[in-house]
Amino acid sequence: MASGSTSTDMQRYLLNRIGQAALVLWAAFTVAFVLLQALPGDALMIKYQNPDLGLSPAEIQDIRASYGADSPLFVQYLNTLGDFLRGNFGYSVQAGVPVVEQLAASVPATLSLAGLGFLAAVVLALAIAFLSSLSEFAWLRNALIALPSIFVSVPVFWLGIVLIQIFSFQLKLIPVINPPAGLGLILPVATLAIPISAPLAQVLIRSIDDVRTQPFVGVARSRGGSNAWVLSHHVVRNAILPTLTIAGVLLGELIGGAVVTETVFGRTGVGQLTQQAVNSQDVAVLQAVVVLAATAFVLVNLAVDLMYPVLDPRLKRKTGALT
Amino acid sequence: MSQTTLTSATARTAGPGLDGTPRRRRLLGSRIQPGLLLSWLVLGIVTLWVIAPGLFTSQSATSGTAREKLLPPGGGHLLGTDELGRDLFSRIVHGSVHSVSGALVAVAVGLIVGTFLGLLAGSVGGITDSVVMRIVDVLLSIPGLLLSLSIIIILGFGTVNAAIAVGIGSVASFARLSRSEVLRVRRSDFVEAAFGSGGTFAAVLRRHILPNSAGPVLALVALQFGSAILAISTLGFLGYGAPPPTPEWGLLIAEGRSYLATAWWLTTYPGLVVVAVVLSTNRISHSVRKVQP
Repeated sequence: MASGSTSTDMQRYLLNRIGQAALVLWAAFTVAFVLLQALPGDALMIKYQNPDLGLSPAEIQDIRASYGADSPLFVQYLNTLGDFLRGNFGYSVQAGVPVVEQLAASVPATLSLAGLGFLAAVVLALAIAFLSSLSEFAWLRNALIALPSIFVSVPVFWLGIVLIQIFSFQLKLIPVINPPAGLGLILPVATLAIPISAPLAQVLIRSIDDVRTQPFVGVARSRGGSNAWVLSHHVVRNAILPTLTIAGVLLGELIGGAVVTETVFGRTGVGQLTQQAVNSQDVAVLQAVVVLAATAFVLVNLAVDLMYPVLDPRLKRKTGALT
Repeated sequence: MSQTTLTSATARTAGPGLDGTPRRRRLLGSRIQPGLLLSWLVLGIVTLWVIAPGLFTSQSATSGTAREKLLPPGGGHLLGTDELGRDLFSRIVHGSVHSVSGALVAVAVGLIVGTFLGLLAGSVGGITDSVVMRIVDVLLSIPGLLLSLSIIIILGFGTVNAAIAVGIGSVASFARLSRSEVLRVRRSDFVEAAFGSGGTFAAVLRRHILPNSAGPVLALVALQFGSAILAISTLGFLGYGAPPPTPEWGLLIAEGRSYLATAWWLTTYPGLVVVAVVLSTNRISHSVRKVQP
């Protein structure tokens, strides 16, 4: 295994993987376009056919032409694809501003909510998995192991409402109207984190159990390592890989959860934008949101795949197995 | 979930013979599985709610007396009343038909379309396989809620449209599972033997591949039914499902939201029902999966 061939193998793997990611993205754009732009009653008609505006059919035709809605579908497809590649996501028909501007205004809020939510979910999952593995009592262990299956069964929107009810109305800890920025984030982040933590915790518990039966754990124990020490030094490093895989998959749920959470807590963000878009059939906005979400998904999973060999040196050794 | 896996694992490693009695007794105790029994019970009750809501409540789900508005649980109204004096328990019971039938339609759409795609990809192979599975990859790369919303924006709002939208979101997982099952089963010896003894493709598919792949697919059906209940209640909550007088579970929670400070029962109870149903289907799905070798 010469080092030269290893690096070309690695390069080929990288190129192959990035090419696949680009292909999925293009296909996602196409699916979104076919789904959303091929529909007969579009947002332009909804807005301008309103009799109150008193527009003649010729004027409506002019407006349609200005949005490029009168050209053949395939030309529209190519134009839209070109625009997306150049970072131009079209105009929101309802708001009359570029979709990029709307996204720029709402993405940061959603990103911080989703990021904090994911962090909190990881912390929660780790806490559940560690406590259940370390616990000396069977009843505590069983209770902790049962938690994730309850968490996945709870509707996100209902969880948010229940949290508001308990912490804002019963305990009066967090004001409902205009809470301070930090305090106001606690409940939305918890709402988002609890359902996301469930699959993470389940995978983590299972892989910790798997790793624990490995011989090297027995060796570490017999050399005098305490339960907690062996867990943190030997088990966790090995148990983290399966967890990483599912973390990439969870992104979709994270985005969907953020949309719902923003609605429940009345926060501005992509969720609110999406809901307005659906209510007014503003296709351009929804298409941009869908493509953005798919991009995030593809990039995160690409990053996860590329991180595997870094986190697990065993995968680096066998170059053949990578491709 | 993993708890049962653990007990069965310890039971297996203990083996027969050695210190048999106490372990065997514990094993027998875990055979009864009160959780699983409870899950079937919950689904049984909800099924009865769907079929014969009149057996459980005599009060109307859509009209109430204004005098009895926002009554707390207890007295004449088991779970209290809403802002129009409608009985909440009756609304939950009558609403079950919308939530459950929506979830059934969603699972049917996902099962039929997904299994068809998976069977196609797995049996034909080659370019068909790659193309179908790339489409499935794309469906997986779009978050479920956004995919559902994209479909609702075309089809319009309503119970059936929301159900179809949720179903299309589950096509990908059915397609992946049925493809992997076909690949697993068709490589096994008895399928090759069936082909070798002159079976046609259709006959082998029907007599050997489909029955042997049924177990994992059934487990996924149960699992997807639970997530469909969740997804449909979410769409109902956002206002894209059934229109307002309908007592759909998600919509009940959305309507109760305006009375959070004064009437906690309006949001709490419908949510608990959703949680109970989803927990039960997940538990049953897990038990079906465990029966499989």
